[in-house]
Amino acid sequence: MIRIEDIHKAFNGFQVLKGVSCDVDRGEILALIGGSGHGKSVILKHVVGLLKPDRGHVFIDGKDICQIKGTELEEMRSRFGFLFQGGALFSSLTVFQNVAFPLREKTRWHDEQIRERVLAVLDQVGLREAQDKFPAEISGGMIKRTALARFLVRTPEIMLFDEPTTGLDPVIAQTILDLIKSLHKDLGFTGMIVSHELSRVFQIVQKVAMLHDGVIRTVGTPEEIMASKDPVVQQFISGTIDWTVGHPSSELTHEEVTNRGKQ
Amino acid sequence: MELIRKLGVLTLSGLRKMGEIGLFLFRAFLCAITPPLKVSWVLKQIQFIGFQSTLLIVLTGAFSGMVLGLQGFYTLNRFGSAALLGPMVALSLIRELGPVLSALMVTGRAGSAMTAEIGIMRISEQIDAIEMMGLNPFRYLVVPKLLAGLIALPLLTAIFDVVGIFGGYLVGGKMLGLGEGTYFGEMANYIDLQDVMGGIYKSLTFGVVITWISSYKGFYSGFGPEGVSKATTQAVVLSSVLILFSDYILTSFLF
Repeated sequence: MIRIEDIHKAFNGFQVLKGVSCDVDRGEILALIGGSGHGKSVILKHVVGLLKPDRGHVFIDGKDICQIKGTELEEMRSRFGFLFQGGALFSSLTVFQNVAFPLREKTRWHDEQIRERVLAVLDQVGLREAQDKFPAEISGGMIKRTALARFLVRTPEIMLFDEPTTGLDPVIAQTILDLIKSLHKDLGFTGMIVSHELSRVFQIVQKVAMLHDGVIRTVGTPEEIMASKDPVVQQFISGTIDWTVGHPSSELTHEEVTNRGKQ
Repeated sequence: MELIRKLGVLTLSGLRKMGEIGLFLFRAFLCAITPPLKVSWVLKQIQFIGFQSTLLIVLTGAFSGMVLGLQGFYTLNRFGSAALLGPMVALSLIRELGPVLSALMVTGRAGSAMTAEIGIMRISEQIDAIEMMGLNPFRYLVVPKLLAGLIALPLLTAIFDVVGIFGGYLVGGKMLGLGEGTYFGEMANYIDLQDVMGGIYKSLTFGVVITWISSYKGFYSGFGPEGVSKATTQAVVLSSVLILFSDYILTSFLF
């Protein structure tokens, strides 16, 4: 369903992606792992066309998202849900209004229909009680769940999760991952997830790809990755540092990688 | 040779930037004339740019008119033409000071806030989130501000002019003894429609300049809070310079 083909991307002369290729089959969730600042979020943004590669292609059901624009791109994006690192909620809208926003703007539903749907999704993520609160009044975990609800409300075919558990305590992080797992079981979406919570994330994904030094170093099932003999993979999974194992020469800061390279 | 190369790179990058800014405005106008128009977002922006600037405009208009009345009275009195104080104050305000000072005030109050708002939405990925919903962020963030600027600026300028004229009367008429009939009566003889229309055209242009530059700078602000703060400063400086530059160009063509 998603085919990433040899994408290259540089920011301000620094080569972040040096030929990334991988596939995600329909109904499958792929975990993208790798060191911080190595370009995992950049890959996700290429998949939805928020970033254009310097070279290479991203195919969604055979259509190259890098080549389409305007209404066609908007329609293609309507098939996606994207959970951003910080949630990206609209601060001037309440939880209910945030979740209702895509329905109000993209459908011709009546207020009552919208209300029913939004409350149903808020029930799914356990946020009905917080519907009238503003993002500034809720916790980090609730922000992530609201952001998830905002995309679930339109039942996306493809969900992308950019570090969904970053900054959350272990209990809330597990709740979010359990929620993703149960939603995947119910909705059967295709997904990609960027996370550093390896042991937890490996329980909900079918495939894992490790990004290292701008390329996909290895792809396999969680079991295959855990059993990998590759020293770079082993070092990353065990969290040990061995400076004799090849490290990329330098890293970009989080802002540099996640920003859209507008300069 | 190196100097020429650097100059070439600088020129090309400057031209590219100007092209980008120009295309940004073109895209905004294109979205403004094609449906759907987000009317409630436009009204909210009119309230923010227009209504919430009223007090500031009234205050600056009153003081500008009072200063003009004071300075104008003493200057004209030297030539025995104090009776022309009304037309002098009115012409200065309607043709020049009203549109320019209103625009500069709105730049400082609303322009900087617009850039900061869009810039924060950019760095917190809210703009990406809008795009991910299959929506065009221009329709929500840029077009409403552009249309609100076009509507609010001429109205604010009119308020500035009227308050300023009365401010001039307060000083010239009430304090310095010029007759009410002389102050207001002479205005009709010296001010024609072209003066008023010129002021309106200027304020329309400034409305576009402020919202265009502020939105552009916010939309493409740099990394983190520092990037937003830099973008806000640049938006205010660039808008102010462009207001004064376009004022000169318009004055030379309109009058």
